[in-house]
Amino acid sequence: MKTNDLIIQTTTKVVFYIIFLFSIHIFFAGHYTPGGGFVGGLLMSSAIVLLLLAFDLKTVQAMLPVNYTVVTAIGLLIALATASGSIFFNVPFFTHAFDYYNLPLLGKTSIHTAMFFDTGVYLVVVGVTMTIIQMIGGDE
Amino acid sequence: MEILMSILIGFLFMAAIYLILSRSLLRIIIGTGLLSHGTHLLLITMGGLGGKNAPVLSEGVTDYVDPLPQALILTAIVISFGVTAFSLVLAYRTYKELGTDNMSLMKGTEDND
Amino acid sequence: MINLLLFPVLIPFLFATILLFFPKKVKAQRIMVTIGLLLSLISAIMLLIKVKTDGVQAITLGSWAPPFGITMTSDMISALLVTSSIIISLFVVWYSFTSIGEDREKAFYYPAILFMLTGVNGAFTTGDIFNMFVFFEVLLMSSYVLIVLGGEKVQLRESIKYILVNIVSSSLFVITVGYLYSVVGTLNMADISVKLATIGQSGIVTVIAVLFLVVFGIKGAIFPLFFWLPGSYAAPPLPVLTLFGALLTKVGVYAIMRTYTLFFTTDVGFTHELLMILSIITIVAGCIGALAYFDLKQIIIYNIVIAVGVILFGASTMNENGMLGSVFYLIHDILIKGALFLLIGIIIKITGTSDLRKMGGLMKRYPVLAWSYLIAAFGLAGIPPLSGFVGKLLIVQGGFEGEYLWQSIFILASSLIVLLSAIRIFIYAFWGEEKGVKDISIKTYRHLLAPTICLVIVTVLYGIGSEYLVPFMTDAATVLLDPSVYTDAVFGGVK
Repeated sequence: MKTNDLIIQTTTKVVFYIIFLFSIHIFFAGHYTPGGGFVGGLLMSSAIVLLLLAFDLKTVQAMLPVNYTVVTAIGLLIALATASGSIFFNVPFFTHAFDYYNLPLLGKTSIHTAMFFDTGVYLVVVGVTMTIIQMIGGDE
Repeated sequence: MEILMSILIGFLFMAAIYLILSRSLLRIIIGTGLLSHGTHLLLITMGGLGGKNAPVLSEGVTDYVDPLPQALILTAIVISFGVTAFSLVLAYRTYKELGTDNMSLMKGTEDND
Repeated sequence: MINLLLFPVLIPFLFATILLFFPKKVKAQRIMVTIGLLLSLISAIMLLIKVKTDGVQAITLGSWAPPFGITMTSDMISALLVTSSIIISLFVVWYSFTSIGEDREKAFYYPAILFMLTGVNGAFTTGDIFNMFVFFEVLLMSSYVLIVLGGEKVQLRESIKYILVNIVSSSLFVITVGYLYSVVGTLNMADISVKLATIGQSGIVTVIAVLFLVVFGIKGAIFPLFFWLPGSYAAPPLPVLTLFGALLTKVGVYAIMRTYTLFFTTDVGFTHELLMILSIITIVAGCIGALAYFDLKQIIIYNIVIAVGVILFGASTMNENGMLGSVFYLIHDILIKGALFLLIGIIIKITGTSDLRKMGGLMKRYPVLAWSYLIAAFGLAGIPPLSGFVGKLLIVQGGFEGEYLWQSIFILASSLIVLLSAIRIFIYAFWGEEKGVKDISIKTYRHLLAPTICLVIVTVLYGIGSEYLVPFMTDAATVLLDPSVYTDAVFGGVK
C-alpha cells in the first residue's frame, strides 16, 4: 500500500540526527549532571523507532544493518570488562578509577571508568529495546 | 505530603488490581505497569520525602534528600521496563498463536488445548 | 584474590554474553557452555575451600565501606548452594544436548540457562536486600525466556500466569524493602540484622517479617502460595523443568531461611511459629497432590512442595540439629530432584506420555533405568544410607528437641507418603505388562542415561559420604544460628 507520508519522512531525516546527537549529549552529561547511559540509550532507540514509523522495517534494516542481539552482547561485554578491571588490581569488583587528561580539542578532560561502563549500558539499552520492537513488528 | 502520596499510591494499586483481574491480556499488562508505578512511589515515600532539596551531598550542604531511594526506584523502573516489554512481546505472541487475548478462553487442560 | 566469591556469579555471566554472539552455531554453543560451567564449578569449589579455611567471605563492591556499598557475602550455606546449583546446571546442560532439540538450542537456550545461573548464584551470594531483588529479577527474566522458549501453546498459556504471579510478587518484594528501609534506614543485610536487634520486638517488624514470608513464599511455593507451581512447571520441556524444580524454589527457601535467621529473631514466638504451621500445612498439601495425580511430572512437582515444607520446618525449629538437618536436606533436595526429573524425562521420552496409566513393563527392556530410578526414589524418601536420610533424621531430632512432637510425626509420616508416591511411579511404569513402549534409538537412550546416572551416583555419594560433609554443614548451620558471625565478617575491621 502506498501512503502519502512525505512530511514525516522528510522531517525524520533531519530529526533523527538531532535526537541522535542529543542522546550523545545526554550520555556525556551523565558524567556530572542528570543523564547517562540508560536515558541516552532510550533516546537513541526512540530515534530508531521514529525511523521505523516513517519508513518500514526493511528500509530501516537496510539503512542500519545492525544485529541488535550482537549490540546487546557487546554492551554487556564492555560493562563486564570495565567492572572486571578491578579484579586484576585485587581491589573489590566495580571499584572505579578516574584521572584528568589533556586531550586535543577538548582540553582538560576527566575520564572515569564509570563512563566506559555507561557506554556498555547505552549499547545494552539500544540493543534490548530494538530487539523487542523488532520482535513485535517483525512478523507483520 | 505523605498522606497525599499514600492516597495516590492506594489509587494506583486499586486501579492496578482492577485491571489485573480483568480478562483482556493487554489490560492485565497495563495493570502490572500501574502496580509497579505504585510500588515506586511507595518506595520513594518510604525513604522520606525531602521537599525541595536535591539528593546531593557536598561541602557546606546540610539539607539534602536521602539519595538511596531514588537510586532504588531507578533500578526498579529499569527492571519493570524490561519486564513490561517482555510481557508485551509475550502477549502479542500468545495472541498470534492462540487467537485470543481473553484469559478465560485460555484455560485449558492437558486434553483440551 | 578477594574477588573469588564473585567468580561463580561472573563466569556464567561472561559466557552467557559470549554465547549471544553466535546463536546459530550449535556445536560451538555446546562446547562454550560446558567450558563455562566447568570453570564456574572450579571457582565454586575453590570458594568452598576458602570459606572452610578462612570463614565467611565478604566484599563490598566499588571499595565503599559497608554498609554504604553493596556487600556480597559468601558463608558456608551460600557456597554450598552455589556449588550444587552449578553441578545441577552442568548435568542439565549435558542432558539437553540430546533432549532439547536444535530449534531451542538456536534460540538462546544456553545463554538463558547461564543468565539464570548468574541470577541464582547472585541471589545466594548477595549480602544486600535490594541487590537480592535485582538478582531475583535476573533469574526471573531468564526463567521467563526459558519457560516460553519453543512457543508451544501450553507454554504460552502457562507462562502468562507464571509471569503475572512473579510480577506481583516482585512488586510486593519492593514494597517490603521500602517498609524495611523506612524502619532501619539501611539495605545491607548485616547492618539490618544489627539495627533490628537494637530495635527489638515491635509490631511493624513483625509485619515486615510476614510480608517477606509472603514474597519469598510465592517464589518458594509454601502452602497457600504454591497454586501457580504445578501448572507452570509442567509446561516447559523437561530439562527446563529440572532446572526450575531443582533451583528456583530453593532460592525462595534460601531467602526465607536467610531473613528468618538473620533479621527476624526478636519475635520468634510469632514469626517462626507461623513459619512452622505453614510448613506443616505445605507438607500436607504436597502429600495430597503427590498421591492424587497419575501424571509423572505432577507427582514429582508436588514432591518439591513437600520438600520445601520439610526444609522450612527444620529452619523454624531454630535449634542446632534442626538447622543442620535443614541445610543437609536443602542440598540433598537440589540434587535428588534434579536426578528424579531427568529420570522421568527418560521415561516420558520412551513412552511418549506422562500419564502413568498408559505405561508399564519398562523393566524388561530398560533395567538400568529402572534400578537407578529405584535408588533415586529411595534417596528421595530418605532410606539409609541414601542422601535424604541424614537430613530428615536431624530435622526430626531437632523437632523432638524443640518439643514439637506432632509436627515431627507429620514429617515422619510424610516420608512414607513420599516413598509411596515415588514407588507408585516405579510400579506403574516398570512392572506389569509392557505397554506404551516406543522404540527410541539405543544411542539416544544411552546419551540421556549417562548424565542421569552420573547425577544419581552423585546423590548416592552425598548420602554415603555425609560423614565427611558434616564439618561443612555444621559451619553453615552455625552461621545461620549465630548472626554475629555473619555481621562480624561483613564489618570486619570497620567497626
